[in-house]
Amino acid sequence: MNTNMIENNSIQAKHLKLSYGARTIVPDVDLSIDKPEIISIIGPNGSGKSTILKGLARILKPAGGSVILDGKDIQKMPTKEVAKKLAVLPQTLLSPGDMTVEDLIACGRSPHRGIFSKLNDYDKFHINEAIKLTSLEKFAHRRIDTLSGGERQRAWLAMALAQKPKILMLDEPTSFLDIRYQLELMNLVQHLHAKINITVIMVLHDLNHAARYSDRIIAVKNGAIYADGKVPEVFTAETLKYLYEVEATVMNIEQEGGRHLVFFPHDICQTGKVG
Amino acid sequence: MKEMAIDPRSTTRTLASLAGIIALLVAAIAGIGLGAVHISPSEIYSVLTGSASTEASQIITNIRLPRVISGACVGINLAIAGCILQGIFSNPMADSGTTGISAGAGFAAILIMLVFPEHTALVPLAAFSGGMITACLVFWVAWKDGIAPLRLILSGMIIGSFCAALTTILFVFFSDRVQNVVTWMAGSLQTQTWTHVFMILPYTIIGLIGIIWAYRQLNLLQLGEEAAQGLGVNLNQSRLLLLALASLLAGSAVSVAGMIGFVGLIIPHIVRMIVGSDFEYLLPCSALFGSALLVGADTLSRFLFSPIEVPVGIFTALLGTPFFIYLLQKRSPR
Repeated sequence: MNTNMIENNSIQAKHLKLSYGARTIVPDVDLSIDKPEIISIIGPNGSGKSTILKGLARILKPAGGSVILDGKDIQKMPTKEVAKKLAVLPQTLLSPGDMTVEDLIACGRSPHRGIFSKLNDYDKFHINEAIKLTSLEKFAHRRIDTLSGGERQRAWLAMALAQKPKILMLDEPTSFLDIRYQLELMNLVQHLHAKINITVIMVLHDLNHAARYSDRIIAVKNGAIYADGKVPEVFTAETLKYLYEVEATVMNIEQEGGRHLVFFPHDICQTGKVG
Repeated sequence: MKEMAIDPRSTTRTLASLAGIIALLVAAIAGIGLGAVHISPSEIYSVLTGSASTEASQIITNIRLPRVISGACVGINLAIAGCILQGIFSNPMADSGTTGISAGAGFAAILIMLVFPEHTALVPLAAFSGGMITACLVFWVAWKDGIAPLRLILSGMIIGSFCAALTTILFVFFSDRVQNVVTWMAGSLQTQTWTHVFMILPYTIIGLIGIIWAYRQLNLLQLGEEAAQGLGVNLNQSRLLLLALASLLAGSAVSVAGMIGFVGLIIPHIVRMIVGSDFEYLLPCSALFGSALLVGADTLSRFLFSPIEVPVGIFTALLGTPFFIYLLQKRSPR
């Protein structure tokens, strides 16, 4: 593997402390991501998983410590520079209903444009590229409010791709979708990762999606990282029991030629049985 | 551009811009032509091209033309300011009136006019500062994990009334000088001269250049705070600059024409219904229709209760109040 590529996809958290006002959610987290992998952050509600993602994405300013993007402190970089390397899809997606898909995707080019400049051919090339990657050709001129939830999510994903980021961050991308669109989106994420070699960091609620689609899982509880590693290392009955306080079985199943881990919860733990 | 041709909204946008230009022209011709002495459009044309020098040309160049130009500028400024404010706060009810900016600008302007009448030249600057300070204050009062639309309007109204109270105190203490200020405060274009035109025109030009920058910021802000930040918008800096631009525009409008409310509320709202929410078109079209509305309303206000002239600000308030009620009833704020 060449070193240059590693340089261009690296993000680290060093003693990162994240707070909302006086309330500290994440006291001290260290984290290093230096390969273009699909990484899922999992953990119970209120564990701080979305907060960590927001910290890494520079949406939340650290109360202490730092986030280092390609060797530079993210807080010392101009917002636009960060946006060229790192794209974020927030959990709640707001967009004016009358905006067209193409206009939304064009917003992804804004970190690359000057203050007064119009879209140039280079921008248009990347917009078309993003449309192709997400198979939105038919929808380019449709209004956002005429799209289904899954199509809308794809349009936003295309916007993030038009940014040409090295790292893509998704905050619970499937939470408002039904199972068909959840799978569609996960397949798309996997496809994009393979095709353009992008680092994907996502917060996921669905543990089976995390197990099936990620290379690496980061398990978070009480604002700290409890486990971090390859899926088989982290996705164990013990770890999940500690995280969610449920009794569960983790099994290896074979589907359509692929093997992946799945998780079946059967009961909640009685108080005192955990840890 | 090829892609634009497929976009179904492009026709609507072209038509809307054309309609705006025509509306402004009609309003301007009526504003210049109608009055105690009626002047026909062909006469106006010959005066403007300099080929006629009659009584008509005196009336046009000294009285009606500055009034129309000044009115158009005020309309542009108020409409753009309203548009920007609605964008910053993602709130359809925001404008320079409801956010208290006009009241703050008005108080500062009156302070100069009554207490330091020898420094009248400072009025626009004072109005801008007053507007900006009020805007920041309202922002600060309304802020609680983001700004809820109704909280913003409430804070705007409260701080606006506070400024109005301060203004009344000034009136009480300087009752001997109040006469001129009262008509001005009601929002009148009656006494506009070329001085007023040159006072507001630079700000209108700044505003028109400003929208070339502002539209993209506002478009990105529409996607929500987190997404805008992810797309490289420096939230605080961008909001502060937009707020300054809106205050500058509203403040300069207040300093030449007093309190003219609701233009910045009605116009962006109606224009949005026609051209959509893309600020690239929303801002310039609002500017066109804003100026057309104000010039038209001013012309009407001269005739409606003739021979008494109603200040145009009263006229827009009469128009705007039912509209505001309609907004409150019909639209649930985002």
